[in-house]
Amino acid sequence: MAYVAVTGGREAIEQSLKLLEIFRESGEDITISCIKENMGLLIDKIMSEAGFYSRDYAALALKQCEGSVEEAVFLLRAYRSTLPRNYYSNPVDTSDMRLIRRISAAFKDIPGGQILGPTYDYSHRLLNFSLMDDGDLSDSAVSAVRNGSSEEKLSSEDEEELSEDAEISGGDIRCGRVTDLLKADGVMAEVEQDDTEPFDVTSNLLTFPAPRSARLQTFARSDAGFLGGVAYSSMRGYGAVHPTVSELRCGYVEVCVPYVLDEEDEICIGEILVTEVEALVPSHTETDEDFDKMTLSGGYGLIFGRNENKAIAMSIADASLETTGDSPSQDEEFVLTHGDCLEMSGFISHLKLPHYVTFQSSLDRVRAKGEKR
Amino acid sequence: MEQPVLRVDHLTVRYGKTCDYCRNGGKLTKNTCPHCKTVWACNDVNVTLYEGEILGIVGESGSGKSTLMKSLYFDFGITEGKGYLKDFENGETDIFSQSLQQKKYIKNHIMGMVYQNPVLGLRMDYSSAGNIAEKLIAAGNRNFGKMNERIAELLDAVEILQSRKKEPPKNFSGGMQQRVQISKALANNPAILLLDEVTTGLDLSVQAKVLELIRKIRQEFNISIMLVSHDLAVIRMLADRTIVMLDGRIIEQGLTDQILDDPQQPYTQQLVHSLL
Amino acid sequence: MIDAKHYNFAFLDEGSKREIRRSILKAVAIPGYQVPFGSRELPIGRGWGTGGIQITLSIIGKEDILKVIDQGNDDSVNAVNIKKLVRECTDVEVTTDSEKATVIQSRHRIPEIPMRNDQILVLQVPTPEPLRIVEPKESVTKQMHAEAEYSGMWLSLFEDLTQYGKISISSEYPVMVEDRYVTNPSPIPRYDNWKLNDSETLYLFGAGREKKIYAIPPHTKVVSMCFEDVPFETEDFAGKCCRLCGATGVYLDELIDEKTGEKVYECNDTGFCRGRRMRYGRGE
Repeated sequence: MAYVAVTGGREAIEQSLKLLEIFRESGEDITISCIKENMGLLIDKIMSEAGFYSRDYAALALKQCEGSVEEAVFLLRAYRSTLPRNYYSNPVDTSDMRLIRRISAAFKDIPGGQILGPTYDYSHRLLNFSLMDDGDLSDSAVSAVRNGSSEEKLSSEDEEELSEDAEISGGDIRCGRVTDLLKADGVMAEVEQDDTEPFDVTSNLLTFPAPRSARLQTFARSDAGFLGGVAYSSMRGYGAVHPTVSELRCGYVEVCVPYVLDEEDEICIGEILVTEVEALVPSHTETDEDFDKMTLSGGYGLIFGRNENKAIAMSIADASLETTGDSPSQDEEFVLTHGDCLEMSGFISHLKLPHYVTFQSSLDRVRAKGEKR
Repeated sequence: MEQPVLRVDHLTVRYGKTCDYCRNGGKLTKNTCPHCKTVWACNDVNVTLYEGEILGIVGESGSGKSTLMKSLYFDFGITEGKGYLKDFENGETDIFSQSLQQKKYIKNHIMGMVYQNPVLGLRMDYSSAGNIAEKLIAAGNRNFGKMNERIAELLDAVEILQSRKKEPPKNFSGGMQQRVQISKALANNPAILLLDEVTTGLDLSVQAKVLELIRKIRQEFNISIMLVSHDLAVIRMLADRTIVMLDGRIIEQGLTDQILDDPQQPYTQQLVHSLL
Repeated sequence: MIDAKHYNFAFLDEGSKREIRRSILKAVAIPGYQVPFGSRELPIGRGWGTGGIQITLSIIGKEDILKVIDQGNDDSVNAVNIKKLVRECTDVEVTTDSEKATVIQSRHRIPEIPMRNDQILVLQVPTPEPLRIVEPKESVTKQMHAEAEYSGMWLSLFEDLTQYGKISISSEYPVMVEDRYVTNPSPIPRYDNWKLNDSETLYLFGAGREKKIYAIPPHTKVVSMCFEDVPFETEDFAGKCCRLCGATGVYLDELIDEKTGEKVYECNDTGFCRGRRMRYGRGE
């Protein structure tokens, strides 16, 4: 009979879970630390979409669900629901970031210098077949790929330079923001310091128009693919934002919470790796022809981990919502309600549930219409 | 003197920050302040409308005539001014400062609006009957049969065949769409009908029929009508009195014959002569 | 897997449960009004009943007896899955007997046996906003509710009658609660709508993905929206009965008999049907 499949659910589920175990089984076990070390960017992606910073648990989630991003995000979000909120951290100061990478597309040179850091941007995307021989990490080809340099013998000069660099990277690199210079120059609109308590979308229903803090938090947790699509559509012409990346920086920031006994004081509870983007967009004032009054305004992106494209996409999506028009990227409610990884995958997958009661009800109506005619 | 059905005092609608110059009556370039670029779309406009009359408002595009109409129907927020309706608290309370609910009540019961662009006044995908029903429902009707009786009356009044009531306006010609809009506007027997360039863009023969319909409706429903048009022929045919607007201001008003046959202002003269 | 060492009673932390209970109280105080709440993520997918589960987890105590049904069925995979989660993190007793249960969580049905005032029915809601069918934007529908501006909803009913001569809304047929809020009764069939009016029991509605909770408390006036002169129609099962227990006047599932190829009917509420068969000796 047609609907037998839904009865005897208990046993079916148990068998299904056993099957998953079989699909996950492999000859050699992969360790949590191995996932953490080898799949750093995947871990970053999962942490950002889960809105949950823990490299260990992200690796655990990945191991448990055959590497599915949405399942891993799901596991972390669900686990987070079980944790009490003991503290809200103080605002993180990203200008005090311990940098591993920092670039500006707006200027050739910037005070503090451009720091390329680890990036695939300038690598050749060629499958490196020497990685097929697993296990031997000391293999020279592997280390060459990792360092992005060839194996040429370094001259003594190079060695000197290298050791200088090494000195710099040995110490912490910190420097001010590019936008501070633009503000000092008057080309960028000064923004008033806004110390209102940020809206928290994880414990409140988003209402529209949404405060900017809610927009940013939603974007930061958004599905990277969705956010990329929104930003891409805006850049391509469904919208108006084609920004210049004033600064992209990636590095470690300290997270501090207020000290219980003295609110003035704070306790550092650790460091997190983040990517921050400030994008510049020309903003017109009164009328479009009024070029004199044109200033630059900004879009902002801040994402857990090394997550550069998502951070840039976020800054575009942010800037796009400041413009008006009929494009999807300019529709706040549209953009903010459809990008959550969990919500989209949950609602799409619920179609697999039985719907025969409502379908019976629909059939009744379809037949009623037939009778009428 | 007879109490007007509608009186508007010192209505101003502007866009922009304004500056000392334009606030103190400095000369504007057309309707725009040369210094701060503030647009004075309607500038200190006074209008009265008496029972049963058709008041024509004429002017070129940008003269502020449509802004005046849409402000009256609360489609635009106004900057300054007051408005009074005989049928709303006996004309003693300003309508512009009312709550959203009160404004909705006024729009559903006392005024009806017909837009130049039918998309603004109709739900193009709903049936014509549904379009009229929207107004009846908004006024609290919950009886399907009685609503359909009223819809039949209204369709007769605007000369649309009953057999077409299930069709959506998007299938209709421009003239038919305006008829549906008019029947919708009349649904709850309003005292005032606002007509914004309702015949603009229609064929001449269709235009004539719609104008004839408006004349018939005025008699049948004893309704007061404000009619905006840039077309003096339309004004001459229908309006009892006429107001001439230019750059957001009223520059001349009086009986229609007077205005058209013996215009006082140079602009009106130009307008009348360009037609003849 | 959900062990007491790593997880709290009823999964969520106490702070979250208290917060959700406060939202429930507000919902009970304003019948039919959708109360926004900070929906938590759960180990079960959003869109799979997490609104109902969060309500159940927040109100359940050690003494409670839980029944979970999906499409009227105790053994449906989703019902089994939800029951398993709640049981594993609370250790409460579960049942298929709706008269024995103190909390019943349901998707798409209200049980056939009338519920009592010492029971609570928790309904899972996919789309809490009844006006969504006439207006896609939340900011607009929120304002429509605030102003009790329901013309758009009435108009859609009017259009249906004009075009088809019948109203085409099948399940989740909108209701007017206490003459104030138009409310979505969750996708229950129209057949179940009357059970919401002046009931003995408390109905709680949870939408996890949309982050809304609403309630219909006992003895609330609930009217299915319809015009004065056009009666509200429920699904018609006249002349049909359950082939297992012989019940009439209940919501029936339509099946095709594999052997004969004929259309046959069975009670949709499996717990109800099983009870009848036990009582009248027609057991399996």
